[in-house]
Amino acid sequence: MSFPKVSGAKVSGAVTTDALGPRLTGRWSRRICAVVIVAGAAAVLAPLAWMISTSLKPESQVFRTPIEWVPSTVRTENYREAVSLIPFWRYALNSLVIAVPVVIGTVATSVAVAFAFARMRAPGLGWLFGLVIAAIMLPGEVTLVPSFLLFNELGWVGTYLPLTVPAWLGGGAFNIFLLRQYFLTIPREQDELARVEGHSHLSILLRVIVPQSWPAVAVVAAFEFVHVWNDFLGPLLYISEADRYTLPLGLNFYKDIYNTQWAHLMAASLLALLPCIVVFFLAQRAFTQGVVLTGRR
Amino acid sequence: MSTAAAPAGTSAGTAADDAPPRRRRRSRASRREAWAAYGFLSPWAIGFVGLTVGPIVASLVLSFTDYNLLDAGDTSWVGTDNYREALTEDRLVLHSLKVTAYYATLAVALDLVVGLAVALLLNTGLRAIGAIRTIYYLPAAVSGVAVSLLWLWIFQPSSGLANAMLDLVGLPRIDWVYSTTWVIPAFVLMSLWGVGRSAFIYLAILQRIPTNLYEAAAVDGAGPFTRFRRITLPLVTPAIFLNLVLGIISNFQTFTQAFVISEGGPANASLFYTLYLYRNAFRYFRVGYASALAWILFALLLALTLVAFRSSRRWVYYEAGGAR
Repeated sequence: MSFPKVSGAKVSGAVTTDALGPRLTGRWSRRICAVVIVAGAAAVLAPLAWMISTSLKPESQVFRTPIEWVPSTVRTENYREAVSLIPFWRYALNSLVIAVPVVIGTVATSVAVAFAFARMRAPGLGWLFGLVIAAIMLPGEVTLVPSFLLFNELGWVGTYLPLTVPAWLGGGAFNIFLLRQYFLTIPREQDELARVEGHSHLSILLRVIVPQSWPAVAVVAAFEFVHVWNDFLGPLLYISEADRYTLPLGLNFYKDIYNTQWAHLMAASLLALLPCIVVFFLAQRAFTQGVVLTGRR
Repeated sequence: MSTAAAPAGTSAGTAADDAPPRRRRRSRASRREAWAAYGFLSPWAIGFVGLTVGPIVASLVLSFTDYNLLDAGDTSWVGTDNYREALTEDRLVLHSLKVTAYYATLAVALDLVVGLAVALLLNTGLRAIGAIRTIYYLPAAVSGVAVSLLWLWIFQPSSGLANAMLDLVGLPRIDWVYSTTWVIPAFVLMSLWGVGRSAFIYLAILQRIPTNLYEAAAVDGAGPFTRFRRITLPLVTPAIFLNLVLGIISNFQTFTQAFVISEGGPANASLFYTLYLYRNAFRYFRVGYASALAWILFALLLALTLVAFRSSRRWVYYEAGGAR
């Protein structure tokens, strides 16, 4: 599943390309393109705008038709009420208590594993890397139930251990693959030199490889944060005590109780998404590059 | 070793040519390196054995038993009964497969086509394109329950955004996720919101197509349509293939949206396969049966992936020598 390397001349300076050929020259075709693309962007933004708009309306105005994009009365109290109707901050804290060790564990172990695959020589390494790739194709459903039985046997059900410990065991096949590919692009002479100077493998990893791999490490960390923050099935299986709910569980529970209070539901949902949106803007470059590098979705 | 700066590929060759005493020292070093490598790999190895291989084997074994979560002591070997029940007696299995396949087909097809269209438009070098690209990619950063709740609200028949838009263009209103006909199209629409992801994969390739290909084609008198068909389309086939395979795998595992938005309803019209598997395992506690369902899904996905890979030889274009 690699991309073709398009060999040949670099893109010449004078003419930029679009997919249909050299830069669109016709004034009208440029205009039509611009209109379509802006309309599409508006369509993508519309659900989020609608979410913000709803979250600021008094419940009495939420159901008005025709719809009002800008609330005639802005009611910011919705947010204060939304976080007290359910123990929002408690759930947010629980989510964070899971997300932090998961992100750290994922980065730490996938960097180490990827380093071994990219830089070290040992019998069977190629074969083991094949197993990593094979694991990418395995649907989670197959291991879902036996993993639950295993954690049940260990007495971990009801704790955060089934959600956090696996992150420390390799950090996921996708991340290993992404990091290995990135490490391969770093010139080998640098670690050979460090080796001659007597550095250990660990110190080569930490002094030579990691400092040059921040974009890839950021991709892994950002993806993993968004993934664990939004994860629903994991907490659904392993957490039953309401005190220990994560935000997704809390929101789902919230929906079952206050399912017609859309303004409050949207306010709570928006607050729950906020960390992901912040991470997205912080790691935006890394994000888009990560998609490009791995095809991860 | 003084040849530290030698290219990596050659060092294996020089090792063989070395004099015996040096080779010995080398091999001790390489044994040390091997142990260090296994050390670095050990977290993954533990996870792979404990959380992948072990569960795979357990799942396969369980699928031939009537293991029940509430009554684990009374488990017996039932041979292929679970598979027989799933494939011949339990009508919900076939039903949920149809629901899932219907959804996945629509979602993947639209994702491939709209994703490419968006990528082509994003590649036209218009002004402020960076900001617009960010907007298209934004939905990829958000998912899960919060987004499902947003779409549940959008799909409310009386005052949701979706019907407001239909009103705007004069089309009749739809009951969306409360209608057996429209619940799947509603989920497809929701999935289309994340089209920026596949668009970015296309974009990565489009930006690497050399301009001179188009210039040469234009000189030869090829119009925009011919240039698209003869240059762009063949060169993006690897991205189409990647999006196709990833799309099949991820869409066949749809769970959270269905759980939160429609809970499989109305009248099982959105009973996705994974949702049904979850119910068997964790609501009816039929672990053995659920394991058989998981293996049926795995076999199906494997078959689909293989078909995709096989067919790719005929339609995916890899530039000679570039793909290796």
